Amino acid sequence: MLNYDLVVVGGGPAGMAAALKAKECGVEKIIILERAQTLGGILEQCIHTGFGLHYFGEELSGPEYADRFIVEVEKTDIDVKCDTMVLDISECNLVTAVNKIDGFLKIQAKAVVLAMGCRERPRGALEMAGTRASGIMTAGTAQKYVNLDGYMPGKKVVILGSGDIGLIMARRMTLEGAEVKVVCEIMPYSGGLTRNIVQCLDDFGIPLRLSTTVIETHGTQRLEGVTIAKVDDRLQPIPGTEEYIECDTLMLSVGLIPENELTKNVGIAIDRVTNGAVVDEMRQTDHQGIFACGNVLHVHDLVDYVTLESQLAGQGAAEYILGTAPKETVYVNTVTGNGVRYLVPQRVNVKNPNDVKLYFRVGRIFKNARVVLECDGKTISSKKKVKLAPGEMENVVIPADVLAAMDENSSITVRVEE
Amino acid sequence: MKRDLTCVACPLGCAITVEYDETGVLSVTGNTCKRGDAYARSEIVNPTRSLATSVKVNGGIYPVVPVKSNKPIPKSMIFDCMKAINSVTVEAPVKLGQVIIPNILGTGADIVATNHD
Repeated sequence: MLNYDLVVVGGGPAGMAAALKAKECGVEKIIILERAQTLGGILEQCIHTGFGLHYFGEELSGPEYADRFIVEVEKTDIDVKCDTMVLDISECNLVTAVNKIDGFLKIQAKAVVLAMGCRERPRGALEMAGTRASGIMTAGTAQKYVNLDGYMPGKKVVILGSGDIGLIMARRMTLEGAEVKVVCEIMPYSGGLTRNIVQCLDDFGIPLRLSTTVIETHGTQRLEGVTIAKVDDRLQPIPGTEEYIECDTLMLSVGLIPENELTKNVGIAIDRVTNGAVVDEMRQTDHQGIFACGNVLHVHDLVDYVTLESQLAGQGAAEYILGTAPKETVYVNTVTGNGVRYLVPQRVNVKNPNDVKLYFRVGRIFKNARVVLECDGKTISSKKKVKLAPGEMENVVIPADVLAAMDENSSITVRVEE
Repeated sequence: MKRDLTCVACPLGCAITVEYDETGVLSVTGNTCKRGDAYARSEIVNPTRSLATSVKVNGGIYPVVPVKSNKPIPKSMIFDCMKAINSVTVEAPVKLGQVIIPNILGTGADIVATNHD
């Protein structure tokens, strides 16, 4: 059995930032366990630019953003095992993993950072009629085929879902010579960034059909076409609006699900809205010594925020390992008010001496609204926002002096005021 | 002539209408700030885009390596640049930042690798 101070599960942007921060804080023995062949996570296949604007003040491609951290990890004595799959984490932080070289591995950790990322919602989650013809895949799978494996998965493409991955793939396929016929979005608004709608769809004349979904796929061997239809305000297809579109490829960009099998096995409490662990301001779960950060905690739109969040988790893990965490814990739950779909962290230790930033998403689009932070019935801040959209994560800060005045009966609420 | 644009200067995404003729931009309406005005004018006069794609590589870990233009290129030349990039095969090892095609099609932008092979 191996002994480490900190085991980081996942070597993407979250895992690397957490490990580096823990190292910087003075943790000695750290190991990163990564399922893929290399560090970098999903960034390796995100070859478009736009990463790092907040964190580095530069527009980097995904691999470039990842490389900044890979280089830093290589400079330290952090151990890395790639091609290694973590199978289980026990209640006493014993990590079980396998790989081809070591075989079966048991690693006793003082603390664990969960940074497994997320995966895409597959076709099976959509209740879509039709056969199992080839040519139906998630947008991320198509992205891997094109950007890593170097081949085109199709020529005539329909994309279902207007999240950023779908939009990015619409442009990518067009650049490589495919015809993207339409992007369908079941909601009345796109979940993607405005910039991506303009530069990935409008630039190439690709139509975006809102309140529209794919109701059936056609073809037996290879996909031959799809039937799309308008939906009503309960998202049900409207009879008579069906339309057949010939295509050989259907890409799905219909949401991401944090990959929390390991988390659930430990018995860690999961937030029903984020599908990630319930955490405090240092991203510690309700299981002492186990932290979570990045897309396994909640799905982010910008990797820059993943990095910042993971540094917090790394610092939290370091303080836990080194015994420098606040001795007293008095938790106050954060409460979602009007318009707020979720808040991370879900609880705050008010004995934490620092400002605490709450990240949140709204449930629908708001224009000219205010984001109000209320603690113990008093308005702490009320910030004007020209626009709030579900696709863009927002944040609000609880100042340290407000926290210092709180106790176990206190309340923290974030709401949107129209 | 008239063109409708969605502004990308900030997340608000104003619907902007630009009127223009061969002499240049006549009017910009629908924007709510100065940045929107500047964006709309540049979209008519000289629209540019960053290009990110991949190039074939021999003997690397993967059959392709990602590349990008190190500065924006004219929007009208995107597909010509794609053709030029897709006609090239590089030999491994490729290093991040390595110039694959200097000054592509005279645009002044270099195509550089954004990962190691």
